[in-house]
Amino acid sequence: MRQVYVIGIGITTFARLEYPLCEIAAYPAMMAMKDCGLSGVDHLYVANMGGGRVNHQTGLASAVVDSLSLTPAGAETIENGPASGASAIKQGFLAVASGLHDVVMVIGAERMREVNNLEVTDFIATLTHPLAEYIYGVTLPSLAGMFTRLYMDKYGVTARHLAMVAVKNQNNALLNDFAHLHQEITIEGIIDSPEALTNNPYVAEPLRFFDCCPVSDGGACVILASGDVAKRLDKPLVRLAGLGQATDTHTIHERQEPTDLLAVRRAAGQTFQMAGIKPADVDVAELHDAFTILEIVESEEVGFFNKGEGHLALERGETSLTGELPINPSGGLKGRGHPVGATGVAQAHEIVLQLRGDAGRRQVMDARIGFTCNFGGFGNNVVCLTFIRES
Amino acid sequence: MSVDLEKILRPVDNPMPPFPPKYMTIASGEEMVIRQVSRDEIPDILPYIESLMHVERDFYDIVAARVYAELMAYYRHRVQDEYVLVAQIDGEIGAVVNGRMVNADVGMSLHTLALRRGLRIGAHAFAAKMEYHIDIMKQKEVLIVAESPIGFRRWMIEYNLEKRFDTPHELGGVPSWALTRELFDRARETLVVGRRPVPDKLLEKAYAAILPPSDPPTPPEDLLAATRSRYDSTGTALMAQRWRQEGKV
Repeated sequence: MRQVYVIGIGITTFARLEYPLCEIAAYPAMMAMKDCGLSGVDHLYVANMGGGRVNHQTGLASAVVDSLSLTPAGAETIENGPASGASAIKQGFLAVASGLHDVVMVIGAERMREVNNLEVTDFIATLTHPLAEYIYGVTLPSLAGMFTRLYMDKYGVTARHLAMVAVKNQNNALLNDFAHLHQEITIEGIIDSPEALTNNPYVAEPLRFFDCCPVSDGGACVILASGDVAKRLDKPLVRLAGLGQATDTHTIHERQEPTDLLAVRRAAGQTFQMAGIKPADVDVAELHDAFTILEIVESEEVGFFNKGEGHLALERGETSLTGELPINPSGGLKGRGHPVGATGVAQAHEIVLQLRGDAGRRQVMDARIGFTCNFGGFGNNVVCLTFIRES
Repeated sequence: MSVDLEKILRPVDNPMPPFPPKYMTIASGEEMVIRQVSRDEIPDILPYIESLMHVERDFYDIVAARVYAELMAYYRHRVQDEYVLVAQIDGEIGAVVNGRMVNADVGMSLHTLALRRGLRIGAHAFAAKMEYHIDIMKQKEVLIVAESPIGFRRWMIEYNLEKRFDTPHELGGVPSWALTRELFDRARETLVVGRRPVPDKLLEKAYAAILPPSDPPTPPEDLLAATRSRYDSTGTALMAQRWRQEGKV
């Protein structure tokens, strides 16, 4: 296989965007093309989960490739739930690594706030099992709430630990101009004060309002290229060095140990093996914290910390921006936002920014190896990526 | 013979008990004071409202225009039995709420306008307004409407308001919803918070000046974009404009 590099990146503000889904996809693509200085690509993948259902827009890649005047390049829409973004990057990687294409554009885009929050919750819930879960009213917050309760009972995670993740990530987002949430929060305000339960009400006990990511619109883009192309450009060389993907049972109740996220463990193991590194080598990570508990659990499953000890590392400040292994410097899904199909690409965008040394006020010092975990369903389809700066 | 028209035009306010100030910690960890403002303070607030009349987002424009008119009417004595509460964080205005006493039993909630978003400031101020009607004025119910989906979620859904669709609301004559004493009692534990008395230092800061909002709602980047997006799913004309507006490339 040929080596694959990220040569261009772009992103929109993650918020409520009042322009069409196609433009949400096209705008970061234009930024990425400007970033790398190329005016054409061989192929384009667009990650999107809800265009057909939420925005009445199918065949998004066909619309985007024409909007960008990139025809006759090939174009495909990739849908893999909330892991669509990293799945699309994986397809782009395969296209370049195989020698089929030299330059591939990968876009993630979602416009979720076109509909109200009840419709969005229902839309996301369609990724649960239709007969065993959905028809009983299961939503992603409810699954996450039950998962969190089990995890708390088993490993001693507390509401305060969850709040620490929320505060860390939402405050990281204050340093990210593109992030959705720009409100500082404190443990005092959301946990300790007499008014905390009203400021931070239960959504799906024990998960509270600030334990959940916002519903966001947004788009992100990375352009992948072969080594020959990348080395001709005047950019730090960031190589997509490893990828891994694994699945698990569709329903959580069929898992032998419901507090284990085996797909995360396996996907991370694959990407580390492919990149030839160990978890301890990672300098900066973007994990899929759609709910605060997920950052803690994923940090254990990918091997950064022992099982059941992620919250202790959090307590010690190891995952803070100035800690040994900063997690979610962008603000994560919690602070940057979670336009589902765009999230995996946005995670890659942040890691490339960090490895290039272009992350500004949230720059992780001397970051050379970065990692992303894009979590689909409730852990039933997970894609992990490893990036290495070569120059 | 001269006629003092002002005596005819100006309504005579009925006595209303004052709203006792209270304070609370918001999600940011800051302490927020909610207090009643006097007529004399209205001119200090109006400029902050005026700028929101052009924010075509989440119905800020229409709400700000109506609040401006209601506050002006209160200041110039053209509305009867109105009151205005403000929420202040370190002096800074966070929200304005107002309402009216219709009679001894019924209150009319007029508006809730948050000038700083994302921290439930508007929701806290609305709860204080309901507390004023039910607990302080001892009214039986408050008539309420929402002009935005956010308001509908905050009031109709969170408080589980009752329909009073046979009673037109003073805002636009639309069907009313009602918060009864029973509903308020049910919400009391979870939605109605705050402590009294307010420490002197906090209260002094609040009364010293109503400072401008530090992060007020802003207009959408493109006023036509929301409309365009309904009809044009492939256009790119806005892109260059947005590129320039965001100034990020």
